[in-house]
Amino acid sequence: MEPAPGQTHAPSPDAAHQVGRHVKGYLLVGLGLLGCMGLTVWLSFVNFGPPSINIAVVLVLAAFQAGCAAAIFMHLKSEQWTIYRVLLVTLLFVICMFGLTALAFNDRLHLN
Amino acid sequence: MEIPYTVTARPDTGLYSAKIGIWLFLASEFMLFGGLFSAYVFLRVGALPGYWPHGLLNVPVGTMNTALLISSSVTVVLAWAALKMRQFTQYKVWMGLTILLGAAFLTVKLSYEWPAKFHHFGAFIKPESLAKYEPYLGNNFLLARGLPPRVEITGDLEDEASLKDTAAKSYVFKALDAVNADPANPEMERPAFWPRPVVEKRVVVDKADVEYASMFYPRHSTFFSTYFLITGLHALHILGGLVVFTYFWLPVGANLYKRNPEHLANRVEVVGLYWHFVDLVWIFVFSAFYLL
Repeated sequence: MEPAPGQTHAPSPDAAHQVGRHVKGYLLVGLGLLGCMGLTVWLSFVNFGPPSINIAVVLVLAAFQAGCAAAIFMHLKSEQWTIYRVLLVTLLFVICMFGLTALAFNDRLHLN
Repeated sequence: MEIPYTVTARPDTGLYSAKIGIWLFLASEFMLFGGLFSAYVFLRVGALPGYWPHGLLNVPVGTMNTALLISSSVTVVLAWAALKMRQFTQYKVWMGLTILLGAAFLTVKLSYEWPAKFHHFGAFIKPESLAKYEPYLGNNFLLARGLPPRVEITGDLEDEASLKDTAAKSYVFKALDAVNADPANPEMERPAFWPRPVVEKRVVVDKADVEYASMFYPRHSTFFSTYFLITGLHALHILGGLVVFTYFWLPVGANLYKRNPEHLANRVEVVGLYWHFVDLVWIFVFSAFYLL
């Protein structure tokens, strides 16, 4: 199934080399994410005192893992501006949704 | 008619059509799960003291499932890289592994985690009857330590069929969860990584003292309704991804590869982006429900 050298659809040696160079990086990031997951689980059971510290630690580590996966596996660290624009608008909507939740929660407390 | 820009990028966006399409789709998914997570935060922060459980989910199993999904994210990106390097045999191997890892995730979730919940029972005690069940709730101990009260007794029922018996005046536990079997033990204040085994103890709870009781179904509590909704929707996304992966792993993928390998590479990249997003969502689901 491998296309013969010189076939029309064979990748340029440069393109194949570029992707090949990243393969080791993908494996390392995958291992890093697994390690980070282990660290998150361990830290979630450490008694820091107030539970809010555990919550903050776990959420920061989860955001870090998600950020790594998005940047490396989803290639967001070097994407076209069109995609960044789409994501920026989406992020604003999500922030608004969370903001509305916060407002509703505060209203409820106020009424009580 | 030839569909334009399936392989080459559009000059104005610098992207091929499927890629801009999947990112727009992922944007809508981001808002869907964002809305659900904001609802989760709202419900959790607004829960009455003692009504949001912590430690009812199996953390080792959740950790294993997270590892499966992260590994599948690596294998799918390796499958794409293999196609870019025109190594079709390697693509088949990595894509096959991705399908196996995703299927393992789904199997654990649907054949073990969820059914285990459906056979576990919990009874919320009415506020005026909490003192009567003090040996199983330990609220005096918790109060002295400034901790929120326990309002639920959980464990295994002696006869699950008795739940349908409307004439029965009580719920009979044959075993209690460790937290109710030894409620004044300071170790029970915090959940443990390894699930604590249930303790054989026959306990009768009068129905008249119970505010609400059921197996751990979605209707059992706000926690379980949000848990089943979000993990169920996530599982549907996994299933969708597996269907598409399998489609490209079958001869359809080989035929497309023969016609134009770059076209198959683009399609795999697009479904890979979706898969990474599903993995990303799970990282937060795992943190929110299993660890916090």
